[in-house]
Amino acid sequence: MKEIKPDEINVILATDCGSTTTKAILIERKGDEYRLIVRGEAPTTVETPFEDVTMGVLNAVGEVEELTGRKLLDEKGRIISPAKGNEGTDLYISTSSAGGGLQMMVAGVVRSMTAESAERAALGAGAIVMDVIASNDKRLPHQQIERIRHLRPDMILLSGGIDGGTTTHVVELAELISAADPKPRLGTGYRLPVIYAGNKDARDFVSNTLNEKVDLDIVDNIRPVLERENLMPAREKIHDLFMEHVMAQAPGYKKLMTWTDAPIMPTPGAVGLIIKTIADMEKIEAVGVDIGGATTDIFSVFQGTFNRTVSANLGMSYSVSNVFAEAGLENVMRWVPFHMDERNLRNRVKNKMIRPTTIPQTMEELIFEQAIAKEALRLAFIQHKSFATVLKGIQQQRTIADAFDQTAGGLTLVNMMSLEMLVGSGGVLSHAPRRQQAAMMLIDGFLPEGITRLAVDSIFMMPQLGVLSTLHAKAATQVFEKDCLIHLGTCIAPVGELKEPRDILKYQFEMPNGEKIEGTIKFGEMKRIPLGLDEKTGLPLICNAILDPLKGFDLGDGKGNKVERDISGGVTGIVIDARGRPFHLPEDNKARVEKLKEWMIALDIYPKESLERL
Amino acid sequence: MGHAYTPGLKVTEKILVRKKRILPLKGEVLVRVGDRVGSETVVARTHLPGAVEPINVANILGLPPEDVIHQMLKKEGDRVKEGEVIAKSKSFFGLFTSECKCKSEGTIENISSITGQVLIRGNPQPVEIKAYLNGEVVEVFPEEGVAVSTWGSFIQGIFGIGGETHGKIKMVSQNNTSVLTEKEIDKDCKGCVIVGGSLVTADAIKKAIAVGAKGVVGGGFGDRELRDFLGYDLGVAITGSEDLGITLVITEGFGQINMAERTFELLKSKEGQEACINGATQIRAGVIRPELVIPFDGDVHKKEEKEEFENIGLEIGKPIRVIREPYFGKLGKVVGLPAPLQKLESESSARVLEVEFVDQTRAIIPRANVELIED
Repeated sequence: MKEIKPDEINVILATDCGSTTTKAILIERKGDEYRLIVRGEAPTTVETPFEDVTMGVLNAVGEVEELTGRKLLDEKGRIISPAKGNEGTDLYISTSSAGGGLQMMVAGVVRSMTAESAERAALGAGAIVMDVIASNDKRLPHQQIERIRHLRPDMILLSGGIDGGTTTHVVELAELISAADPKPRLGTGYRLPVIYAGNKDARDFVSNTLNEKVDLDIVDNIRPVLERENLMPAREKIHDLFMEHVMAQAPGYKKLMTWTDAPIMPTPGAVGLIIKTIADMEKIEAVGVDIGGATTDIFSVFQGTFNRTVSANLGMSYSVSNVFAEAGLENVMRWVPFHMDERNLRNRVKNKMIRPTTIPQTMEELIFEQAIAKEALRLAFIQHKSFATVLKGIQQQRTIADAFDQTAGGLTLVNMMSLEMLVGSGGVLSHAPRRQQAAMMLIDGFLPEGITRLAVDSIFMMPQLGVLSTLHAKAATQVFEKDCLIHLGTCIAPVGELKEPRDILKYQFEMPNGEKIEGTIKFGEMKRIPLGLDEKTGLPLICNAILDPLKGFDLGDGKGNKVERDISGGVTGIVIDARGRPFHLPEDNKARVEKLKEWMIALDIYPKESLERL
Repeated sequence: MGHAYTPGLKVTEKILVRKKRILPLKGEVLVRVGDRVGSETVVARTHLPGAVEPINVANILGLPPEDVIHQMLKKEGDRVKEGEVIAKSKSFFGLFTSECKCKSEGTIENISSITGQVLIRGNPQPVEIKAYLNGEVVEVFPEEGVAVSTWGSFIQGIFGIGGETHGKIKMVSQNNTSVLTEKEIDKDCKGCVIVGGSLVTADAIKKAIAVGAKGVVGGGFGDRELRDFLGYDLGVAITGSEDLGITLVITEGFGQINMAERTFELLKSKEGQEACINGATQIRAGVIRPELVIPFDGDVHKKEEKEEFENIGLEIGKPIRVIREPYFGKLGKVVGLPAPLQKLESESSARVLEVEFVDQTRAIIPRANVELIED
């Protein structure tokens, strides 16, 4: 890999090879600022009849060439580097999730401790975790062996035991893996990579047990002591092996690897990196979600800790039927302000599943699809909250007050009140015909509390920016803020409940032009106050807000306490959500439909005439 | 991107079909290139290693793991029978004896002095791969399997349930618009692949299983019926391993949809002939669609005159089918392909086409919501 001097980088080309589409972006320096110039895309060419990923890359780059007039490929179809005048690029990077991404199995001794740490390490590296084997997962050893044998992962991460602790259990796991003699998913010409990241005293035993059968790598223990996780060495090894073994097996990747100036990273791993970078730089707590056709990924940074979860079967096309099955018809339909026949609905959902590329043509179909998205987000976030926890298995000092609030495992790190930024991406959010719809899906799906900024990734370039952040943090963050994000605005949601619709919040916004907007909002209402983007910079306008909640309602500074702070705008503006938290929809069907329509009209989510017609 | 439409499913009168028949693990290939094979011919065989049963001998005998090896009556590689004593220890000056018995028949694979576990590997399980198609072996992959080829008619479905099977085609619906109910099915359907028209009812499927039919092909099937039939709500379209006693292939989609006339007529013209049918469906990257092959004689070494996968795009005059509401299932032909993006009722901007339906009415539809009906 070549040495990179950030100051000398003027042109950056980045691609992301997805399972269906390869996306290319071109970034250029204008003065002291890096900006996105253009984006091109082409179908991914990993599968037959092409079987060479670089063809799709060249097609996508070709589209960038056409759109910009910059020559990026030479006569032999190679990327020109470095940039000179209107030719070439200084940096070329790529991410990939083609061919099903990185599929891993992890194993650890205790399910809620080392096995969970291993799972976190694998997910953080961008993997899909196919199964977690633990000594106490209630399966019998022969069942575990059958499972390992049946799954054909790309790689296994084995952990277990703190350094200096017992070695028996982790060696037992190694014996199970050895007995199963697992084969890699792609190709038969190499041995399955296994990473051992457990008790250092067991290294020799594990090595003796596994060396003959698999390609074993040993890294530092991911849980050297109970109180601390050390996930980086395992994550880095996963990335190395992903490049060396998995990617090298996929058609055309060996060639692509010689083109890039940095290792090719699994797409979700790169998205995680950019979210983490932004949260660290702005010192904020943030959540990112990518809702795709097959899976929904959630990334979060709370208390400086990064977590990622993949809900493998929650998505908007291939997995749409599963969202329906998991959420239940009633939960999906509660967001729909009109009646639909169940038999017909079920068939529609299945028809979307078997023909995943279709799009909603009517307003009725759009509202229904967005209702499914809200449930997919809600379910994926429930999974995320239960996974993103403080480390389990640690002694915690408890006071008598805690005795009434004891939870079985670790407490979730996710705190909706301290969450400052919620970023969405994926077709249903990024391509929603009205941006308010994206805001509403995020609000209903995640139910943010207090004051939360909302944004969507305009054209899904977070993966490319994630890799770029490792090489050129400045360019990555500038493009992220100005070109990648579409700032939707801010959601203000007081936490508390009331039985009757009384005023629960007095607000006063001092707009950038000096205008003052004042008012009150009743419990159960929603309101939208326009506060857009700066015409020159494209960045959100900021206003000063004084928010005075009713006694018993909290906006982050305690119940009934007034909050004064800057609020940022966006294409949707400020959304005041006075529906209360915890959130409940009216149980009575007529009242529910009326309320839904009222909110949809207040926020201009769908055309009023369509809502009246349906 | 160039093609914003869904390519249609293949329905063709004559095509050279080639299927790879590969073992899950290396084994023995039983046929040679040039051999004629039938659906039931076993072409390759292997033995999967037996299941492993770990026994914690250290715990059972109350010994430290490192002592287990000294108390073993059997060594690695030895055959053992169910109930056979494999380790024995004496304690309290030899007065008490503890025994450890083997729970299953197999071979001792490993004795661990770290964990005190003994792994017993069960007997190997034979696995056989059948030819699936009536045809000729055209390639042998040593130790792995073969490729079988035949000329035949080929119909791809949109969704299916159940694995590979074969039987004679029996038309039980009058036309492509009739609903297939249990009334049309009788004992003559035994061993057959029965063909319906628009919708296959749940009762029809039950009756087909009861009379011993091998497969059912129809235009559509209801999702609620699918749930009742499977016993669970299918979340992700990955099927083929269901063991329900029948293979179901639907050609158009969920709900009551007429089977494409061409498909129905092709099946009708082949009534009484042997069909090989597979319901396996996978709608993910590396898509697999269910299929029906009706093999017939022909020189499998002769090249096809027509390219198998012609990459044709949407053109004026091409027949299409709408695959999403509000015109779901309707057939028509392309009469306009406006280039600029157009705003739909849902307010999304998309590339569209103008279609003229069979009843002469016209509509604007997103290109993503139609599929070509291949010639």
